[in-house]
Amino acid sequence: MNPVLKAKNINKHFKKPVPFHVLKDINFEIQKGEFTSIMGKSGCGKSTLLYILSTMDTDYTGELYLNNKLVSGQNRNILSHIRNRDIGFVFQFHYLLSEFSVLENVMLPAKKLAEKSHEEIENDAMTKLNILEIDHLARKKASRISGGEKQRVAIARALINNPAIIMGDEPTGNLDSYNADNVFNIFRRLSDEEGLSLLIVTHDTDFAHKTDRIIEMSDGRIISEP
Amino acid sequence: MTNWKVILTIAKTHLLTKIRQTATAALGVTFGIAAYITLVCFMTGLNEMLDNLVLNQTPHVHIFNEIEPSAVQPIDRYSEFSNAFNVVHSIKPKQSLKRIHNAVPIIDYLNKQENIRGAIPQIKTQIFYVSGAIELGGNLTGVDIMKEVELFNFEDYIVSGTPEALHHNDNGILLGSGVAQKMSLQVGSRIQVSNSKGEAFPLKIVGIYQSGIAELDDIQSFANIKTAQKILGESENYITDINVKLHDINDAIPLAEKIENQFHLKAVDIKTANAQFETGTTIRNLITYAVSITLLIVAGFGIYNILNMLIYEKMNDIAILKATGFSGRDVQLIFMSQAVIIGFVGGILGLLLGLGLSLAIDQTPFNTEAMPTISTYPVNHNPIFYIIGFVFAMISTFLAGYLPSLKAKKIDPVHIIRGQ
Repeated sequence: MNPVLKAKNINKHFKKPVPFHVLKDINFEIQKGEFTSIMGKSGCGKSTLLYILSTMDTDYTGELYLNNKLVSGQNRNILSHIRNRDIGFVFQFHYLLSEFSVLENVMLPAKKLAEKSHEEIENDAMTKLNILEIDHLARKKASRISGGEKQRVAIARALINNPAIIMGDEPTGNLDSYNADNVFNIFRRLSDEEGLSLLIVTHDTDFAHKTDRIIEMSDGRIISEP
Repeated sequence: MTNWKVILTIAKTHLLTKIRQTATAALGVTFGIAAYITLVCFMTGLNEMLDNLVLNQTPHVHIFNEIEPSAVQPIDRYSEFSNAFNVVHSIKPKQSLKRIHNAVPIIDYLNKQENIRGAIPQIKTQIFYVSGAIELGGNLTGVDIMKEVELFNFEDYIVSGTPEALHHNDNGILLGSGVAQKMSLQVGSRIQVSNSKGEAFPLKIVGIYQSGIAELDDIQSFANIKTAQKILGESENYITDINVKLHDINDAIPLAEKIENQFHLKAVDIKTANAQFETGTTIRNLITYAVSITLLIVAGFGIYNILNMLIYEKMNDIAILKATGFSGRDVQLIFMSQAVIIGFVGGILGLLLGLGLSLAIDQTPFNTEAMPTISTYPVNHNPIFYIIGFVFAMISTFLAGYLPSLKAKKIDPVHIIRGQ
C-alpha cells in the first residue's frame, strides 16, 4: 500500500461567529491512482476538509501526510512549494487570470516551479491542452472562452507540474450537464490512462457514483469509507 | 527562491491592462518630481545669485584695526585693588594706529597658509569728490585691482571700462555709478579728489563701478594702492585692511579667531558679518523642500490608492496564485514591483520634465540693476537634485506600494475561494 494522501486525527474548530467543531477525528487514506469523491450535504465540512488537505488552510490539529511526508506544521513558503509541485487544484468557479492567454494561465504554475526551461514548459502546456482537446484555444485570452472551456483550462493548469494528486471543489457544480459529463470523462480518463490520483468534493450523486470510491461525510465525521 | 521573471511578467500584465490607472499614477509621480526639480533648481539658483550679490564682494575674513577701549584697564593690572570694586569714569578708547602694523609681512605670512586662497591689502579712506564749488563726501579704497578681480570677481561690478585700465594708470579712479551720475561724469573725464587735509588730486576716470547697492554706489570709488597712499601722503607700507579669501568658507571662523590672537588685530569672519543671509537661504530652502515633499506625498497617495483598488479587483487572481503555489511573498512582490515600476517610470519622466522646465526658466530674460552680469533667470543645475528627486520618488512609491502589497500578502485564499 502506498498512500498518496493520509489524514490522521484531523480536527478543526471555527471560533467565529460561534465556537463550532467542524471536523471531528478525520482519518483516511487515498491510494495512488485512486479516483475518490467526498460526498455530503451542505455544511457537513467536506469543503473545509478539502482545503485542509490542499495545505491552504493550516488552522487545524492532527497530521496530514503527502507522499508519506508530514505536511502539518510546515512554514507557509514550504507549503506553497508543495502546493505548486504536488497538488493540482480545480475549483467550482474557473479562476483563470483573465488578462492572460489560455496558454499563459496553464504555464504559470510551471514557471513558478522553474524546474524547466520556457520552451519545455510551453511544450508541456500544449501537450496538456491537447489531452483536453482545447489546444486550439491556446492563444485566446482567458476571459474570451466559454465556461466549459475555462474549466478544462483549469484542469490543464492543475496538471502542468504532474502533481501527485488533483483536488477538486465541486468542479462540475457550475457547469451544465453536457460540460459536467465532459469534465467527469476527462477525470476518468486521466485516472485510467495516466494513473492520476484524484480527490473530488461533490454533492452530485451521479458524479460520485461513477468514481472508484466514495467517502461520505455528515456533521463533520466520515460516516462511510469503503 | 524568488522567480523574478514570473513575478515581473504578472506585474507587467497587470499594469498594461490597466494602462489608464497606471498612467495616472505615474503622472502623479512625474509632476511631483518635475515640480521638485524645477523648484529646487530655480530656488537654489536664486539663492546663489542673492548670496553672490553680497558674498562675492565680501572677504571671508576681514582684518583691520578697530578703535575700541582696552579690554584690560590699567587699574586691573594693579594687584592691590584686585579684590576691590573699582569705578573709573569716562573711559576713552586706546590711542591706536589706523594702519595695520607690519601689514606686508602679515600678508606674506597669510599667503603662505594652505587653506587661504589669497590675502590682499586695501587702504580705506574718506575723501571728497570736488566738482567746482561742490564737495561730495565719499570713500576711496586703494586696491590691488588684478587680485581683486582674481579673488572677488571685481570685474562683474565694473559696468564700463576695464580693470586693466586702472591697473595701468597710477592716476586712475574707478568711480561709483551714483557719484558719476550726480557729477555728470563719464569714462575718460577727470575728477578732483581732495583728502581730509584739503589737498586736491586730479584723477582720470578709467571705469564706472556699480555694485547694485545704491548707498554704496553713491560714495564708493576705487584707485590703486599707490594712488591711495599718495593721496593720504603715507608711505608704501601704509595698509588699513587685509581681505582674506579661503578655499573653504567654513574655515573662516577658526581663522578669524587665530588671527585675532596672533596679531592682536580685529578679524571679522563672513558668517558673523552676513548672518542674515544664511538665515534667508535656510528658510528659502526649507520652503522649497516643504512644497516638493508635499507634492511627492500627494503622488504617493495616488499610487497607494490605485494599488489598493487594483488589489481589490484582483482578489480572485491573488487567491488563485496562492492556490497554485505562489507564496504570500511572491504575491507581495508582484504588487511591490508594480509600485516600483510606476515610481521608476514616473520618476524618470519627472526628471526629464523637470530638466526641460528648468532649462526653459534658464532661458527666460531677467534684467536687474543689481546684477549687471545676469541676463536670464538664475538656475542651479546641480545633479545632486536629480539624484535626490529620483531617490525620493523611489522611496515614496515603495512606501505607497508596501502597505497595499502587505494586504495582498495576507489575503487568505480559502476565504476568497469559499466566499464566492
